[in-house]
Amino acid sequence: MNITMAHGSGGDATSKLIEEVFKTEFHNEYLDKMEDSSVVPGSSRLSMTTDSFVVQPLFYNGGDIGRLAVCGTVNDILMSGAVPKYLTAACVLEEGLDVEVLKRIVRSMSETAKEAGVSIVTGDTKVIEHRGNKESEPGIIINTAGVGFLDGDMNMGASYIKEGDVVIISGNIGDHHAAIMKERLGIENDRIMSDNAPLNEMVRGLLDNGVRVHAMRDVTRGGLGTVLNEFASASSNDIYIIEEKIPVSDSVRDFCSLLGLDLMYLGNEGKMVCFVDNEDEEKAVDIIRNAKYGENAVAIGYVKKAAAIPCLVLKTSIGGERVVGPLYGEGLPRIC
Amino acid sequence: MLTDEGYLNNTDITEFLKSYNGPDVRLMEICGSHTAAIASSGIRTLLSDKIRMISGPGCPVCVTVTDYIDRLLDLSEIDGNVICTFGDLMRVPGSNGTLSDARARGADIRMFYSPFDMLEPASEEKGRRFIFAAVGFETTAPVYASLLWKVIESGLDNVMLLTSLKTMPEVVKKIGSKMDGFLLPGHVCTVTGYGLYEPIASEINTPMVAAGFEPENIIQAVYALAKLRGRGIVKNFYPAVVTREGNKKAMDTIDTFFEAGDAAWRGMGVIKGSGLYLREEYSRFDAGSTGLTGDRENTGCRCAYVITGEEKSSDCPLFNKTCTPNTPKGACMVSREGACFNEFIHPVKDRGER
Repeated sequence: MNITMAHGSGGDATSKLIEEVFKTEFHNEYLDKMEDSSVVPGSSRLSMTTDSFVVQPLFYNGGDIGRLAVCGTVNDILMSGAVPKYLTAACVLEEGLDVEVLKRIVRSMSETAKEAGVSIVTGDTKVIEHRGNKESEPGIIINTAGVGFLDGDMNMGASYIKEGDVVIISGNIGDHHAAIMKERLGIENDRIMSDNAPLNEMVRGLLDNGVRVHAMRDVTRGGLGTVLNEFASASSNDIYIIEEKIPVSDSVRDFCSLLGLDLMYLGNEGKMVCFVDNEDEEKAVDIIRNAKYGENAVAIGYVKKAAAIPCLVLKTSIGGERVVGPLYGEGLPRIC
Repeated sequence: MLTDEGYLNNTDITEFLKSYNGPDVRLMEICGSHTAAIASSGIRTLLSDKIRMISGPGCPVCVTVTDYIDRLLDLSEIDGNVICTFGDLMRVPGSNGTLSDARARGADIRMFYSPFDMLEPASEEKGRRFIFAAVGFETTAPVYASLLWKVIESGLDNVMLLTSLKTMPEVVKKIGSKMDGFLLPGHVCTVTGYGLYEPIASEINTPMVAAGFEPENIIQAVYALAKLRGRGIVKNFYPAVVTREGNKKAMDTIDTFFEAGDAAWRGMGVIKGSGLYLREEYSRFDAGSTGLTGDRENTGCRCAYVITGEEKSSDCPLFNKTCTPNTPKGACMVSREGACFNEFIHPVKDRGER
């Protein structure tokens, strides 16, 4: 069966689709009430975020748009130091989309939500006309919003970064971006795989064990280069990173060198960078390495007070220094 | 690396380059890929103030004159014409806007990663004339030649080239004694061989090294050039792919379709015998590539002086003000291999550029 405009009419076809596809997969005590909005228990300090996902292709080595839509929002909440609890899911379907494809995506969302310990408590479905040319597959756009709860005195962010802090990355960079580009360019290489993953275990590990984390950010669009640039200017510090320490798989490194891509700007969807007090470096790396998806975690740099304009400096493998600016221009396909 | 002083490791070499205190050495890396590699590996921070790397005229987009862009824009306005191009050229300003602007106005301009990809639409849309913006050096010329083989083979009569093809030896000779050494373009040498630079080096008493693109390879070449200052010697530090004679098959393919002619270079005017043009018997594929010599500056853009090494990007009054990678005023800021783009993206910390 394929999606038709009737599935977005709000009538019988819509109810059937929701019943068959979404409710079976997302079933939980809040959603099951099927009200216009869900009433959920909470605490006084909330962390909220929203993100839309338009990635093409819908399925790729290591993940799919459903897993991505859950991980993206879960990770954004985690980075504030909050525990993610509830998600919303709004799906915009293109006319002609195979319902089996939709089911696969929804199942993947549901499995990922379970893994990340969140409930999808409300949702929406709309159908639009097929946008591409006749040959292109009908697509789907997913928006997820999320809510998480913060402990009473938990505070972190760029303004808490200070001189001497250590920069830790939770694993190999560039995996997701390379996986998407590989699909789009039709390059066959099974070793290039997206890192699409929720980062709950490593983040909770750090915070629950008292590691002095000053700031965290998941490394997505724009890559390590862009994320660290934002931290440098927002905290008015220079950030130094050491090229040889930055973890990257051989396949992704070769892929970049073949296509002339700068690794510093390749995005991930299951990696984070965090700034921790230098006394806690070893402990933090240890905790992340022992957590799921963190086996290649390593300290890659440090923070120095900026003498002039704050910037990100890469100490290159040959011993030179290069200022890494934020990503300019486009040139790279969308990754999320 | 084995040298006259015995075996040197990279630490010895960087030590030498950092503490060098002899006569000033001005070295030109001709190739845009070298410019990008030098900037991204931070090589300039490893050199003493007495050694200066100058980025040369080896980025094809950067040396293209305004007349050429204008001719493309004119062609794009003719009904039924499809302008096919690599992405770089889209944002290079002509006298009246860019190809991007023309596309926004409704012109049929398509970007390709490989010129061969235009053959399919050309065979499907027989009523349209597909014109490829054939910009490049000796490295890309064989690709266009092979494209024409294919076009002839398939019997297509709606594919043409607007060429702006240039060759390196003449421009190296022209810049010649203004430099104390040249880092020869690795990819170009793969095709042409390094042998044809030997008479030039000896005539102008200037050393030249054919180098690869790994930072270690470049550093060794810089070291060799500093050491060989004043001697007209050519060395090959890229033996994995570069030979003295070059790639005979590629050269023959170029020769079949193209012949040498005078060409205009941005900032340097017309240089005798420095261009490649379609031969008479293939003129049916030419969309009007001869006589495109006019070059007009955008108000204030100093690109022309930057690619000849006379000025630094940061000397330009537009640099990092009105001219940025998002709002390029000149080709050197458009291209990822351009001197200004790389200066902007990878400034040397604490030297005041940014």
